Amino acid sequence: MEPILKTEKLTIRFGGHTAVDSVDFEMPANHFKSIIGPNGAGKTTFFNLISGELKPTAGRVLYKGKDLAGESPIDRTRQGLGRSFQITNVFPSLSVLENVRLAVQSKKKIRFDFLRHFSSYASLTEEAEQLLELVLLKDKRDAAASQLAHGEKRKLEIAMLLALDTEVLLLDEPTAGMSLEEVPAILDVIRKIKTERQKTILLIEHKMDMILDLSDSIMVLFNGRLLADGPPDVIMQNERVQNAYLGGIEHGTAPQNG
Amino acid sequence: MKKPMNWSKISLIIAAVLLAAIPFVSDSRTWLILLTQIFIFSILAMSYDVLLGYAGMVSFGHAMFFGIGAYTTAVLLDRFEPTLLVFSLSIAAGMLIAGIISFFVGLLTLRLKDHFFAMLTLALSGLFLVLAEKWRSVTNGNDGFTFSAPDVFRDRAVFYLTVLALLVVVYFALRRFTNSPLGRVLIAVRENEQRTKALGYRTLAYKVIASVVAGVTASLAGSLYVVSLRFVNTSVMAMDVTLDALLMTIIGGVGTLIGPIIGAGIIELAQHYLSDLAGEYPLFERWIIFFGILYILAVIFFPTGIAGFFKSLFSRRRRPEADAPPLEPAKPEVPR
Ligand SMILES: Nc1ncnc2c1ncn2[C@@H]1O[C@H](COP(=O)(O)OP(=O)(O)OP(=O)(O)O)[C@@H](O)[C@H]1O
Ligand SMILES: [Mg+2]
Repeated sequence: MEPILKTEKLTIRFGGHTAVDSVDFEMPANHFKSIIGPNGAGKTTFFNLISGELKPTAGRVLYKGKDLAGESPIDRTRQGLGRSFQITNVFPSLSVLENVRLAVQSKKKIRFDFLRHFSSYASLTEEAEQLLELVLLKDKRDAAASQLAHGEKRKLEIAMLLALDTEVLLLDEPTAGMSLEEVPAILDVIRKIKTERQKTILLIEHKMDMILDLSDSIMVLFNGRLLADGPPDVIMQNERVQNAYLGGIEHGTAPQNG
Repeated sequence: MKKPMNWSKISLIIAAVLLAAIPFVSDSRTWLILLTQIFIFSILAMSYDVLLGYAGMVSFGHAMFFGIGAYTTAVLLDRFEPTLLVFSLSIAAGMLIAGIISFFVGLLTLRLKDHFFAMLTLALSGLFLVLAEKWRSVTNGNDGFTFSAPDVFRDRAVFYLTVLALLVVVYFALRRFTNSPLGRVLIAVRENEQRTKALGYRTLAYKVIASVVAGVTASLAGSLYVVSLRFVNTSVMAMDVTLDALLMTIIGGVGTLIGPIIGAGIIELAQHYLSDLAGEYPLFERWIIFFGILYILAVIFFPTGIAGFFKSLFSRRRRPEADAPPLEPAKPEVPR
């Protein structure tokens, strides 16, 4: 099957530092792949290259066989590449509901209607409310996004991404900073999306149990390089991976997101 | 889906009706002229609010659009018959020119970051000021020229009512515009442009639209302004016009539309009374100093403007709806 997402020799250098170093990667549609790697390995930068926020120094990103060079983040989102952000990236003084509603509005392609009141599109508000319910944020719908606790902002990020309903979901540490009680609910959401909605999901995470639970495959980034890519059990046995990264995990010193 | 009229709409309509009754119960010319002035500047300040309060664009050149409307109407009324038709056509022509120029000004945001955009608008409006000074055959330079307004406007009350009606129309039109799905995206652009792009909105288009709506509306204010004076000179292009609009918007409350109207009232009334006082106490000749003080006080005590202050009073009692927003949201350059 033709891969839905693919990179060829994808590289970006910041000054002398190569943050992503000729990464060849591909994944088929409806696949769930996790990216692991220590802090600073280049995982977020890899996302930024796929979503178009950063331009590669060399190499290319292919989506459904098409080279995305020259396509803005706007175009990529519209074509079906949606992402969430590691550092929460919302509309701070708008209400939680409005944050999600704006994402739903974009999905529905209601972009330039200036004649009707926004609330006359009741279905948008309804859909936004359902998403808030899904991520357990319903009771915060009228709070300003800036007033949310960190874990709640993470949930809002997820709701906004889901609202876009893109074919590919790039999730950058969706549960980082959430309290332990909150994580299982979000795991459930991600699992549900995976099974129900036929999505291709690329997930950056540090929580190994979560990754092993969800992933069809795992890729390991280390110093910007792709160290390994394969099914979870193979990756867990991989010697290079063990040495470079996983070594500590059995001893309970998994790198945490700093 | 019909919603019941909300109290704010009702009280605004009542206020408009009361204002419309004034010419019939009072024959104070001074007040009619002063209120007309307030209405005109309310339109200008609201247009500035669309830029600053909704799209989050800081422009120091808003006077150029006011000036374009002013000169277009003045020149056309002067060259042709001072009829209502010419007056209406001159408003349309001014809006068209302002629309075209504001379109290109809006496009500049593509290449220019916030403060460079502000500087460029300043330079551009300076250019228009110089043009008005040098193009003597049309503008008569600094001295300007007088012209006749349409006959019906000889009656100050008629002009007053016309301007009031236009104010009401502009207010409700801009209110619908800012509350439309498009307007909501505009607010998103102000809040976090990069995130708005990530949602799939072409933010440049929204900034251009905001620029055009603001420019066109400012031009209307300029057209009305010169008809109220029956005179035009280069002062309509001056920096003071932009500063007035800025001050009115900030004191009244950015991103509220009603705030700029309140701000226009305060500033115009203050100017009126302070210049009266200046006759007795020379200290007040420097009334601009008082605006400086007023501005500082406003920023300290009403950071969201007067309208924002009352809004947050109400929302605190009802539900914590998002308060009037801060002017400068964090905009991460590269997301992580
Ligand atoms: N815009 C940038 N300019 C310069 N250097 C950058 C930029 N973005 C990332 N880097 C550098 O690239 C490297 C990879 O960063 P990146 O954020 O991709 O790591 P990460 O794997 O996501 O780490 P974490 O697990 O902490 O999120 C880091 O050394 C970082 O400092
Ligand atoms: Mg990261």
